[in-house]
Amino acid sequence: MFRFLVRRVIGAMVILLIISAITFWLFYAVPRDPAMMSCGKNCTPEALAQIRSNLGIDKPIPVQFWEWLQGAFMGREYAGYGHCDAPCLGYSFANREPVFGTIMDRLPLTLSLAFGAALVFLVLGVGAGMIAALKQGKFLDKFASSASLFGSSLQIYFVGYIAMYFLVSKMGVLDQPSYTPLTENPGAWFSGLLLPWLVLAIIFTANYTRMTRSQLVEQLSEDYVRTARAKGLSQANVFFRFAWRGAMGPIVTVFGIDLGTLIGGAMITEATFSLQGIGRLAVASVNQSDLPMLMGVTVLAAGAIVFFNIIVDAVYALIDPRIRLA
Amino acid sequence: MTPPTPSAATPLEVIDESVEKSPSPSTPKGNESRSPGRLAWKRFRRDRTGVISAYIVIFFFVIAIAAPLIAKLYGKDPYTTYASQRPELLNAFSYPAGPNGGMSSEFWFGIEPQLGRDVFTFLLYAIRTSLGIAVAATILTTVVGVVIGVTAGYLGGRTDYLVGRIIDIVLSFPSTLFFIAFMPVIYGIFVAADDDVPTWLRATAMIILMAAFGWASIARLLRGQVLGLREREFVEAAKVTGASPMRIVFKELLPNLATPIIIQSTLMLPAFVTAEAGLAFLGVGMIDPTPDWGVMIQRGAQFYTEDLTFMLFPGLSMVIFVLAFNLLGDSVRDALDPKSKR
Repeated sequence: MFRFLVRRVIGAMVILLIISAITFWLFYAVPRDPAMMSCGKNCTPEALAQIRSNLGIDKPIPVQFWEWLQGAFMGREYAGYGHCDAPCLGYSFANREPVFGTIMDRLPLTLSLAFGAALVFLVLGVGAGMIAALKQGKFLDKFASSASLFGSSLQIYFVGYIAMYFLVSKMGVLDQPSYTPLTENPGAWFSGLLLPWLVLAIIFTANYTRMTRSQLVEQLSEDYVRTARAKGLSQANVFFRFAWRGAMGPIVTVFGIDLGTLIGGAMITEATFSLQGIGRLAVASVNQSDLPMLMGVTVLAAGAIVFFNIIVDAVYALIDPRIRLA
Repeated sequence: MTPPTPSAATPLEVIDESVEKSPSPSTPKGNESRSPGRLAWKRFRRDRTGVISAYIVIFFFVIAIAAPLIAKLYGKDPYTTYASQRPELLNAFSYPAGPNGGMSSEFWFGIEPQLGRDVFTFLLYAIRTSLGIAVAATILTTVVGVVIGVTAGYLGGRTDYLVGRIIDIVLSFPSTLFFIAFMPVIYGIFVAADDDVPTWLRATAMIILMAAFGWASIARLLRGQVLGLREREFVEAAKVTGASPMRIVFKELLPNLATPIIIQSTLMLPAFVTAEAGLAFLGVGMIDPTPDWGVMIQRGAQFYTEDLTFMLFPGLSMVIFVLAFNLLGDSVRDALDPKSKR
């Protein structure tokens, strides 16, 4: 198990390194010169050179990347800013704030959004899927199956506004989405994020219902489940210890992928509910050609995807001994 | 880095056409002989949900293709701001004067707030733009994915290993973020910093980016299928009889891969439609005044509390299209591959 994890982590580090190198090269190879943009109209060559060296973009791209990597692991000296401590991802071109600090400010919102929604749709989706699998062919099954297909055809940028229109503007049942840190006021944190969670849940639940149902139906028809029943084990025992355990694998996989997407791809959700998280930060930094910020957000998002991949692999290995031993 | 993916969309077994076809088709025995394609068509026609969905999807495509004709018969276009000629259409707050977003016998779907464009023609052209981009992206992605996947699987060895690692990396990219980040990069290559980005370039950039991040999943799937097929007897036989690699790929492998390719592309198209609209919604893809589903929703989002009607048209039409296409995709999958379980 330990060796398995170590291998996975090393593989993930390599992929992350490659992704950051590609990203760095592509972003910094853009023909639009950020120094020109911040220099303004009456720009002298000297001023331009000064800005270049302040921004750290006067050197060749590989050297810049090496310095960026050094900064990320050991900290580095910045011409315009002085020393920058260990996880240093540079300074924003747009507002001169440290990238790492800005990301850390925005991250709690995106994480709250992702994990809160994940909890809701995992419970609802898996629950509905279990019921559907137990009541195969009955009304509940048909209802769950068709509702799930409908849900997966909905989009946040449509359902979000419809929900806000009816639940917030017209009926006033829920609060306008907003973010208050959990440590400050748990009640406000919860009520501010409830609507986004529910909307995300409507969309994501569908997939889990469908998957849980089909996996369980398949497992319940396996020979070992019949054997367990024939031995006289209780219905609940057969269902949870035998069928459910076999059905969990693919659900864990998709859940890992979804978590990565929720954290790294929250732009549309955050834009819909006007929340200032990582996603909005990414869109803003694209519009301002703020390369260091964009680089930081991209590496974070890729890191989230890779990280949850490892978690999925580890959980998979726990569930299914065949993978551990292979 | 390759967690076992769920095989919901993946046919568990490959249809073995070579076996079904093997007794030469000259033995009628009273019954007409049926090809696998004909059998699938028969299964599909029995599936009522699938047939209805197919009609809805066809309806959308017809609208998209015939948009200029419909607009001409209807007598309006999506760019004219009718309210500037006839101020009585909008009220003092620049919202449609009539009820339900200004729906009337003249403006069937009402009038856009503020600018006062005609919603009906705007929606027609929006569907046209969005579907056009999504179809082009689907075709390009499928072609690239099939070529890379089949090549990797067929050649095997080092090529396969290299392609496998590239696929791992591409799948680890946060794709939405990269769409947003790379659009300016692509514009920057073609257009000087201060010029406007032409619409065709926006569309092309979007199609290329979608293909650049979309090919990996279909390539991975096909690679696996080809690895399995390569060892089969009918491919061995073709090799022994001296068939060229080209012939083996096109005549032996591709016919057996038709099912997964069709299934994957039917899953891809609605995903591209919503992704394209999402980008336009964020202001990164198509932008106003180009009619587009996402542009419409973004416009609608600016005044949804006052005039929800304008938002409902693009939103609901997109939900209907995506739902119909997903149902159609399910039915096509059932018809082509009855053994697979959902």
